[in-house]
Amino acid sequence: MDFISILSIFVMACFVGYYVVWSVTPALHTPLMAVTNAISSVIIVGALIAAAAAGIGAGGAVSKWLGLIAVVLASVNIFGGFAVTARMLAMYKKKDRPVPAAQK
Amino acid sequence: MEHASVNPWAALAYLVAGVCFILALRGLSSPATSQRGNRMGIIGMTIAVVTTLVTHAPMLQVAAIGNGAWFELDTVTLIEILAAIGIGAAIGLFTARKIAMTDMPQLVAAFHSLVGMAAVLVAAAAFLNPQAFGIADRVIPMIGQPFFAIYPQSRIEMGLGIAIGAITFSGSVIAFLKLNGNMGGAPILLPGRHVINLTVLAAILGLVAYFTQDQSPWIFWTITALSFAIGFLLIVPIGGADMPVVVSMLNSYSGWAAAAMGFTLHNTAMIITGALVGSSGAILSYIMCKAMNRSFISVIAGGFGAAAATSDGGAKVDRPWKRGSAEDAAFLMSQAEQVIIVPGYGMAVAQAQHALREMGDKLKAHGVRVKYAIHPVAGRMPGHMNVLLAEANVPYDEVFELEDINGEFAQTDVAFVIGANDVTNPAAKTDKTSPIYGMPVLDVEKAKTVLFVKRSMGGVGYAGVDNDVFYMDNTMMLLADAKKMVEEIVKSLD
Repeated sequence: MDFISILSIFVMACFVGYYVVWSVTPALHTPLMAVTNAISSVIIVGALIAAAAAGIGAGGAVSKWLGLIAVVLASVNIFGGFAVTARMLAMYKKKDRPVPAAQK
Repeated sequence: MEHASVNPWAALAYLVAGVCFILALRGLSSPATSQRGNRMGIIGMTIAVVTTLVTHAPMLQVAAIGNGAWFELDTVTLIEILAAIGIGAAIGLFTARKIAMTDMPQLVAAFHSLVGMAAVLVAAAAFLNPQAFGIADRVIPMIGQPFFAIYPQSRIEMGLGIAIGAITFSGSVIAFLKLNGNMGGAPILLPGRHVINLTVLAAILGLVAYFTQDQSPWIFWTITALSFAIGFLLIVPIGGADMPVVVSMLNSYSGWAAAAMGFTLHNTAMIITGALVGSSGAILSYIMCKAMNRSFISVIAGGFGAAAATSDGGAKVDRPWKRGSAEDAAFLMSQAEQVIIVPGYGMAVAQAQHALREMGDKLKAHGVRVKYAIHPVAGRMPGHMNVLLAEANVPYDEVFELEDINGEFAQTDVAFVIGANDVTNPAAKTDKTSPIYGMPVLDVEKAKTVLFVKRSMGGVGYAGVDNDVFYMDNTMMLLADAKKMVEEIVKSLD
């Protein structure tokens, strides 16, 4: 892919982001931050490439370990971010819905 | 200078992952669809990770046959990668399960720092081993060893990626320390800090530009070091109540860092996600700034609240005010037709949300209509109060935003302010000299009676401004710890 097609995707995605985020209800702004946090850890893709490239390249060994540490950090974020978002979203209830008796 | 060819199926899979992330945010437009949205996010992430593992499976060269090479799956490395994911998953899930809802701002700041650090590490790995990322040409010079020349365009992307990542990391660490109380919330002001900050920023940009001409390691690592420093310098002078803006801003940065690395790797999932997260954080910062009637620049410049708080100390005027007891409050509210509860950061600190919901239930049993009014900057992050009330099982259709409920105070019998101050201050509407003038506030003073729960009369709000509501005839101050006071009111309501 050339630079212009990538840039086009980026600019379009910024506009999509703009409109989608304005449609998020203010009551869910905290879960929004938690979930954006989780998805920005898609940077794990880069970490996996570095970690998997052990056998290739000159700086392979150091690069591999940096990649592995980045995989750990990004995984904390991915699992933690989605789990905490799910936990928060499960708490938002409408009126007149039976409240679960057992609290964790 | 052709980029390493990308498997079209992999490119398609990354695109699908990107679309899943868009749908994840789209789901948050209402609580009813939000959980489905979160699941879309998980699906998108799974697609991205699996695609990467399949297309970049770790390989070992075992033999060279003719003019080709024979590769075999490197199971040791694969196991290491899976172990790394496992360790991260265990830490992440454990934290997510254990964390108290009141600590959510700290947790989000901590998570931002991890994204920042991951971006730094990935950029560093790409710099050290550009071949693995397909962003370099092998150059055989006339004299000396052959080496890999990273494409100039990739150098800019990589330089920006590591800079934004490092700023996100050190900035988030400071934000975390401030929110978690390990570091005072008061702004720390260095002399000449604007000059220092601008110089460092200019140096970073200059070095990124120079990096395209010369890929020496010292340039790369200097960019990294300066970026860590500037993240620290930028956040240290910003006070506690401006944290909603800071947390949103760092949220935005973590997105731009991911996008920059997406450009380096030509990965659509990363670019789409980075753009989404970047604009999301930027919009939240804008909403928070607007709710405080302050410009983004003035928040970033920092120091708000420091000057006002010191100048106010000496000139305290004694004005008459009324003190009430829990029994008085219980009686007034049980006789009311409608009560609007205005929670603020103090409620979070006192962990009073459960007691508050119990009070709401008791009042409803007395036939009182109970509503909650949320100011956009109440608490330490966007939507903080909503999450706490949701945690305490307050139905979300009883919770209203500022613009939806502000007209109702005039027809309300009791406004119950708990742990909020500046967001109720009428000086924002009338006093042009007030530092908070122009900030949209909740019109609590229009209610027939205002009950104001506060720890003591001594402390002023974060902006260091006295609140006229305390001294009005129809105000009754309830001086106590928020949680204890609410619990006593609950007892008196029986």
